[in-house]
Amino acid sequence: MFYREAGDFNTSYAQDQQTFPIKFDRYRYYLVLFVAVFVIPFMVNDYWVNSLFLPFLIYAIAAIGLNILVGYCGQVSLGTGGFMAVGAYSCYKLMTAMPDVSMFIHILLAGVITAAVGALFGLPSLRIKGFYLAVATLAAQFFLVWLFNRVPWFYNYSASGQISAPERDTFGILITGPNTEAWATYMFCLIFTVGSALVARNLTRGSVGRKWMAIRDMDIAAEIIGVNPLRAKLTAFAVSSFFIGISGALFFSIYLGAVEVGEAFGINKSFLVLFMIIIGGLGSIFGSFAGAAFLVLLPVLLKIVGVDWLGWPTDIVAHLQLVIVGGLIIVFLIAEPHGLAQLWRVAKEKLRLWPFPH
Amino acid sequence: MERDSVKDQADSYVTDDGRTIGPTVMEMKNITLRFGGVEAIKDISFDIREGEIRAIIGPNGAGKSSMLNVISGFYVPQEGEVWYKGARRPPMKPYQVAQQGIARTFQNIALFEGMSVLDNVMTGRLTQMKSGLLAQSLWKGKAEREEIENREIAEKVIDFLEIQAIRKTPVARLPYGLKKRVELARALAAEPTILLLDEPMAGMNVEEKEDMSRFILDVNDEFGTTIALIEHDMGVVMDLSDRVVVMDYGRKIGDGSPDEVRNNQEVIDAYLGMAHD
Repeated sequence: MFYREAGDFNTSYAQDQQTFPIKFDRYRYYLVLFVAVFVIPFMVNDYWVNSLFLPFLIYAIAAIGLNILVGYCGQVSLGTGGFMAVGAYSCYKLMTAMPDVSMFIHILLAGVITAAVGALFGLPSLRIKGFYLAVATLAAQFFLVWLFNRVPWFYNYSASGQISAPERDTFGILITGPNTEAWATYMFCLIFTVGSALVARNLTRGSVGRKWMAIRDMDIAAEIIGVNPLRAKLTAFAVSSFFIGISGALFFSIYLGAVEVGEAFGINKSFLVLFMIIIGGLGSIFGSFAGAAFLVLLPVLLKIVGVDWLGWPTDIVAHLQLVIVGGLIIVFLIAEPHGLAQLWRVAKEKLRLWPFPH
Repeated sequence: MERDSVKDQADSYVTDDGRTIGPTVMEMKNITLRFGGVEAIKDISFDIREGEIRAIIGPNGAGKSSMLNVISGFYVPQEGEVWYKGARRPPMKPYQVAQQGIARTFQNIALFEGMSVLDNVMTGRLTQMKSGLLAQSLWKGKAEREEIENREIAEKVIDFLEIQAIRKTPVARLPYGLKKRVELARALAAEPTILLLDEPMAGMNVEEKEDMSRFILDVNDEFGTTIALIEHDMGVVMDLSDRVVVMDYGRKIGDGSPDEVRNNQEVIDAYLGMAHD
């Protein structure tokens, strides 16, 4: 009864093309944003931020990035971990080389550098598709991790081979290093997540997004209506890597603080982000959030239920998590290839008519 | 033979129905296309004049679709030249051909199934949309303006082809006949100089064929779009087209007005089989 588009008339194409054409959606979105900006920062403590909000916000950016490539442009990539590592290491190099520059700039620059690297590794996509492209990006994954392990310049010749984020502030507020406040790191990541989502949404509803989707749905037809496949695919790789680079930089500098590349940005990370967008929904910005939320919440939830309530050993719960995620992926691939986002869409369509069946 | 003298003047041409069509806009000169040892097209020349409806007909495997693919840049012929708007066209990629103002539809529908009808039609406008990545990511300035301007043109085409009611429907949900119409809409949205239609009426029932014929005539009439089409339904071809090229086994066996072609002995032989004595 409450979710209605009746009486909600769009009188111009601009109104029809906005992100949330239905008024109810728009207000719900403002409400979520309001809570995220004005309520959560005053309620969080270190535990909630570090186990829930930071990983959610950061993975959401990575999922948006990968979704642009896989969900919108149809190019399968298993190099997410490697590209996140590029973001992290370029952020590290920038932080140490230019300590006085704002972290905002560093994170954005890390994204730009990753975009360039991503476009470079996207070149094979012009010749190969599907599984074969996935293998090519897998090569990128292993090569990049190897590179950051083996070339000491990248970790500033530190003895451990690790990189760790020095203390940096932005507008006088400390946001990296061990002495940060929970709300500050949360807000910093939130700004990037919201910004990424808006930019991704704008790109995917405009002409660039249509080019990507045209390539995804039928590349021959895309070419015949004037899409240059080379440019479309490379922009998809670049934009996708830009977001993934930002998330890698945040993951290292804000969330972990210190990183060993094989551990933090290994092939597991690539799969984790890929699972997020499969479960969340390919080709949907909302799906990226839903998938990230799901896979970040699941371990926390399982730990609370399994370890705290039922008293099971931690390792059994950890294994159970793998079983559940694996099972869910099979279920989603068979029953709902468009993921949680599609379930959400179907629910909304039903709500529009409710309580009437048709 | 009076017709030939008119033809030679090259700037305008009067069809049998008394319609005047413009000068040559595209000319195929001695096109030969081979796939390995197979010659799909053998030394074919013909022209397409501005504002006409030009049909290419022939039995299965005659090389009609290959001819269309040569025009739209999918195949590069081994021999021969394509002249477009008075200049020789160098070998180019299909997307470059599209940017020159040649749009086409496919025999088997080639729509973007994951997108809505509106988005599909809007893809037809992609060659006209030039705003940069940065402007688009902020949805400001040129990006927003361009989006709305092109939406207006897309909506005109949607209006014209009477598919307003389904504009937000995902293409995958549409029935066959409507998909064909959406594909035509996508091609039309590009406001092409030449529109290539590869069997626009394949697999349609009589009413759908009538609708489609009406749309093709209207497009030609109202927008003045030059149309080259491949079609199997002889009745439709003879009614719609101004001039007809007949192909058989990769060769051109007839070229002229529908009546001339209908009475051409070689064409009759190709379609009905030859009398062996």
